[in-house]
Amino acid sequence: MTTVSLTVNGKPVTANVDPRTLLVQFLRENLRLTGTHVGCDTSQCGACVVHLDGKAVKSCTTLAVAVDGSSVTTIEGLAAGDALHPMQEAFREHHGLQCGFCTPGMIMAAVDMVNRRGNLLDEKTIREDLDGNICRCTGYHNIVKAIAAGAEAMGRGGAPARQAAE
Amino acid sequence: MYAFTYHKPTSARQAATLLAKKEDAKLIAGGHTLLPTMKQRLASPSALVDLGACADLKGITVKGRNIVIGAMTTHAEVAASPEVQTAIPALAYLAGHIGDPHVRHRGTIGGSVANNDPAADYPAALLALGATIVTNKRKLTAEEFFTGLYETALDEGEIVTKVSFPVASKAGYAKFRNPASRYAMVGVFVAKRGGEIRVAVTGAGEGGVFRWPEAEAALKTRFASKSLDGLKHTANGINGDIHADPEYRAHLIGVMAKQAVAQATGK
Repeated sequence: MTTVSLTVNGKPVTANVDPRTLLVQFLRENLRLTGTHVGCDTSQCGACVVHLDGKAVKSCTTLAVAVDGSSVTTIEGLAAGDALHPMQEAFREHHGLQCGFCTPGMIMAAVDMVNRRGNLLDEKTIREDLDGNICRCTGYHNIVKAIAAGAEAMGRGGAPARQAAE
Repeated sequence: MYAFTYHKPTSARQAATLLAKKEDAKLIAGGHTLLPTMKQRLASPSALVDLGACADLKGITVKGRNIVIGAMTTHAEVAASPEVQTAIPALAYLAGHIGDPHVRHRGTIGGSVANNDPAADYPAALLALGATIVTNKRKLTAEEFFTGLYETALDEGEIVTKVSFPVASKAGYAKFRNPASRYAMVGVFVAKRGGEIRVAVTGAGEGGVFRWPEAEAALKTRFASKSLDGLKHTANGINGDIHADPEYRAHLIGVMAKQAVAQATGK
């Protein structure tokens, strides 16, 4: 067993884990943060995307021990209390989900996209940058719309508070 | 995944010591090939030596007419580097089109090079640009380093520490991606440095990355995509699988080569 200390959604956590524990397992099973999903488990679908020190990564292909000392934000860490994060709100507003399984990863990828590229995202950029997120309901059209709207909303002062905290 | 012990050295030297001491140990960089392989139980190392804390393996520096990239530098860092974007824009473009944004935040140049996946992007850039692979023991040219499918000249306990790219006067990269994995079905990197022109092909060869001498000769006459008109690569020695048969891939080599030259010449 190896000790892992992380800051998850702003809170410090420490646990003893088997070195082969994946970050996604650690989040779901140790911390019971089950918003982060396991879809393909082969680093293709993006349902497991979380932010590691402010950058989107696939938590199914990351060892918990390897990110000891890091700061992790999951979908549970985006909303400020009852107020949804602007990107979450945009997904609701534009119906950017059908079954919802891919949604946490989509939203974490979308916020990362804004962090990297700013608040004005055109459709082509969004579609290209969604390379690592698969929606098997194939509801991409509204996801793309939601991301464009969410990105703009984030720029209008619906600022990503949690991101700044990382 | 089978159990393993985990070690996190803080320098390449420490990593080499651990690698020598632990029987059946494997190095892990970004882990985006090794972890999926371990999950499928196709690899079961008894120990993992994580290079993630080795500060001496990170970063991008300009040394004279060379761009030197530390082995643990991520694809995202290479893609976003002003130094790389200025000196060898095609290399930044290549790094920015590996996998997807999340994969690029973890995957590293050292890991990609050491793994030598026959469909990986970096081997084409290293071979075309005439890069030097620096290890904790020696320096190797790309030709010496890439020896076959998933095979390199690395000895037991040898660690890739950095890759040095001489700046090309013109370079371009084009790939036809597998839509699911984003690996290259065919990727072609072309580079012109002084009078030397190299065309390197990844994703297609049965033995991994290779050069296309006929295209190099044709481009030597005139470095323009038109020079490749009518030039066809043979399907002999080209991979076939469920995604594309050898003839289709061979055709793609010509198409991607022309696109790469067009990118390099801005036309």
